[in-house]
Amino acid sequence: MNAVSTIARARGTKRHVLPGFGLTLGFTLTYLGFIVLIPLAVLFVQAAGAGGARFVGELTNPRTLSAFRVSFETAFVAACLNAAFGLLIAWVLVRYRFPGRRFVDALIDLPFGLPTAVAGISLTTLYASTGWLGRPLAALDIHVAFTRLGILVALVFVGLPFVVRTVEPVLRDFDRELEEAAALLGANRAHIVARVILPPLVPALLTGFTLAFARAIGEYGSVIFIAGNMPGLTEILPLLIVIKLEQFDYAGATVIAALMLVASFVLLLAINLLQGWMRRRQGG
Amino acid sequence: MRIEIEKVTKRLGSTLVIDAVSLEIREREFIGLLGPSGSGKTTLLRILAGLEFADEGRVLFGGRDGATLTVEAREVGIVFQHYALFGHMSVFENIAFGLKVRPRSSRPPRREIAATVERLLQLVQLEGFGSRFPQQLSGGQRQRVAFARALATKPKLLLLDEPFGALDAKVRVDLRRWLRELHDATALTTVFVTHDQEEALALADRVAIMAGGRIEQVGTPTEVYEAPQTPFVYEFLGRTNAFDCVIADGRARIGDKSFPVENKLPDGPAVAFVRPHDVILRHLDDLEPSADATITSAASVRVVTVLGPKAWVELSLGAQVIAAEVAREVATQLAIAAGKSYKLQLRLPRFFQKEAKVSRPE
Amino acid sequence: MADGFALARRPDRGMSAPPRVRLPLSEPALMRGAMLALALAFLGVFLVLPLTVVFAEAFSQGARVYFAALTEPEAIAAIRLTVLTAAICVPLNTAFGLAAAWSITKFEFPGKSLLLTLIDLPFSVSPVVAGLVYVLLFGLQGLFGTWLVEHGIKIIFAVPGIALATLFVTLPFVARELIPLMDSQGTTQEEAALVLGANGRQTFLRVTLPSIKWGLLYGVLLCNGRAIGEFGAVAVVSGHIIGLTNTMPLHIEVLYNDYAFAASFAVASLLTLMALVTLAMKTILEWRVGRAAAIHVH
Repeated sequence: MNAVSTIARARGTKRHVLPGFGLTLGFTLTYLGFIVLIPLAVLFVQAAGAGGARFVGELTNPRTLSAFRVSFETAFVAACLNAAFGLLIAWVLVRYRFPGRRFVDALIDLPFGLPTAVAGISLTTLYASTGWLGRPLAALDIHVAFTRLGILVALVFVGLPFVVRTVEPVLRDFDRELEEAAALLGANRAHIVARVILPPLVPALLTGFTLAFARAIGEYGSVIFIAGNMPGLTEILPLLIVIKLEQFDYAGATVIAALMLVASFVLLLAINLLQGWMRRRQGG
Repeated sequence: MRIEIEKVTKRLGSTLVIDAVSLEIREREFIGLLGPSGSGKTTLLRILAGLEFADEGRVLFGGRDGATLTVEAREVGIVFQHYALFGHMSVFENIAFGLKVRPRSSRPPRREIAATVERLLQLVQLEGFGSRFPQQLSGGQRQRVAFARALATKPKLLLLDEPFGALDAKVRVDLRRWLRELHDATALTTVFVTHDQEEALALADRVAIMAGGRIEQVGTPTEVYEAPQTPFVYEFLGRTNAFDCVIADGRARIGDKSFPVENKLPDGPAVAFVRPHDVILRHLDDLEPSADATITSAASVRVVTVLGPKAWVELSLGAQVIAAEVAREVATQLAIAAGKSYKLQLRLPRFFQKEAKVSRPE
Repeated sequence: MADGFALARRPDRGMSAPPRVRLPLSEPALMRGAMLALALAFLGVFLVLPLTVVFAEAFSQGARVYFAALTEPEAIAAIRLTVLTAAICVPLNTAFGLAAAWSITKFEFPGKSLLLTLIDLPFSVSPVVAGLVYVLLFGLQGLFGTWLVEHGIKIIFAVPGIALATLFVTLPFVARELIPLMDSQGTTQEEAALVLGANGRQTFLRVTLPSIKWGLLYGVLLCNGRAIGEFGAVAVVSGHIIGLTNTMPLHIEVLYNDYAFAASFAVASLLTLMALVTLAMKTILEWRVGRAAAIHVH
């Protein structure tokens, strides 16, 4: 790997000083191709092969439509909640001092590391009508388990760290002098927060929102226990795909998966463009 | 080891980073590559190290074509601006690295490696530092470790990439002196890159001034300073005043005086350079018989700044601003102050053709 | 930090000495207290309670039931399969991460950002889809379905399928940790090693690897955590064959659906403990990685 790579080769081929380029890039591309790209490509090819009629059929199928609505709506609301609370939590963690702050900061990553099935059964038990939270809520006639509210709770759980982790570093690096300058110019606290501190946080907020949203759309394990899974009401898209598979309706599963991926992609693209536009407006 | 750089060219995308550069580096020479950023000097150094490849041309290392040599076979040592020490290894391990990675057949026994490292630590005046780690060292100490590491493999060519660029001014001066002594002791062919002209002129046996990928001039520090061959070299080394003029019949007019043009330039537009310390101020009623070199129209002083032993005087002559460097005693003697007027005597103006300014870098 | 805000608003600003104006550099104390309480309450409900529930339910029928749940043969088979899956996937994806990071951070080539996006792809795809794509390839009605049956090779509903699905889902973890780290370290150290005469292997082992060791460990931990806990993708490819193709998360689901709640939570508690340990090590390593990054600031 050493001597050979620096001996004269035909002029015009790019030579690399550090060794291993061909080997590592080749392995990377091959591995990526076989594990991720080719399988995904097969998915889209098979979906395309299912024919336009099948697509339309699925798109107009009320069960499928309902699953789309359930998945995307709950994911959206959960991401919004995560954005709001994530901002609050990041603020509190970065700017306030309180005992146990480090511990709380570490705990934020729990939804990243906790297996989704564990989260699923745990949340279900917690919010079932016999659960610690479920019982008092039921007394108020609020039912969480086996309703859309349950799905929402599960999705808020899984998306919790995203906004916190993207906003925290930006907030931490925020230049206090900007606040001081604004204060000296006569702004009150509300002004300072709303007009000086928050605007630069918006890109990070959007990024975190996007990540939480994307994660929530595809989430399976945390949701299926608490959701109730009633077609047309609380059935999420990933579950619909699994059901189709169990019925050996490969075509149906493929079409739905492809539609889901495309819808997510379009949404994420839109959010990315929005971010880019905002960044240009703010000047970075 | 003698190095011959023959018409080396390198492109980065569509930019010509090095443009057909040729240079001969003699045995045991201490040569500096001096130039502004973007002049190609660092790239040229990296080509010598084998870290980059020339698109055209070749480099001969002691007569052997570099293209046929592996990086190790070149027997080169390099010191980077930011030391590039291995942070997870001790000072000892860093210095011994080049010896430890040799193939078993040519690897010296452990005791010999240890002895070599000790010797090098003494050479760089860091005895006893062997077990320390880079984070525990100051910048100057880290750079000396980097030198020791490069010297451990007994290279025939030492390459230094702005070695003192990351250090404080005082440390830089000390290390400069140390480096010169080191070179005198080891007699190793050394090429170093810098944008600091003071450093280059103080350290090097010869200096190659680079701009825009080309070598403007090669010569001893005295040569390049006193006999610059291009306007770029003149303006790059030290401060300068530039006067636009027109050459006619071997003479050119600056202000109200006609000066002889020595270097046989053709008639036409030209520029005359005069160093600030070659601008002599004279009282308006001074009748010194150096009429030929004295501009009689009055130049009035705009600003006087006294800095230690010198005074910097900024004058305006018509629309032009001229900088003069005057000894402090002279400033006192002439009672130079803002608003006063003087005649200017210009010594040693150097003339260059106007077109010759092409080689200016961006 | 007291309520400087109120001080600046004192109405009486007559001829007496001007009040010491304190700038509104922080929220009023009451508000801060409320915000803190709200944040902690949110975290308490969404993080602490679910955690507590796991252990409370696990031991709800006593320690004997707890340990019985963990030692029965199906549980042991599930644990073994989970460990096996991690043992396959983590090293493979670590090798991938190292190769990808080396090629991306030490060399220039076109299409780098596309490659980075592709590496992140498994993150934006639902785990169910990850399982689906392999069923499409290797399932009975899949692309290679008949060929596999003819040759007696089982992928779906067997360990290889589970490994593949887990590989898909955990692919980016090590790479994502290493790429920014190695990118910030640059290439000068490797160049120095090369000029000193080291070959590629020596450079990588002696210079690069030691300087990325904490980031590498961090990435491996994350990869491992996900590999062990993956549910959706594995659920699709495994067929839920008890004793054979149930990983721990699947076993948890099976127990739960059979109303064996305490047993289900017992197994869940094992995974939760692992997650907590990973979290603790993450925190320690984050502190270390921060320090390691400082080493490379000249």
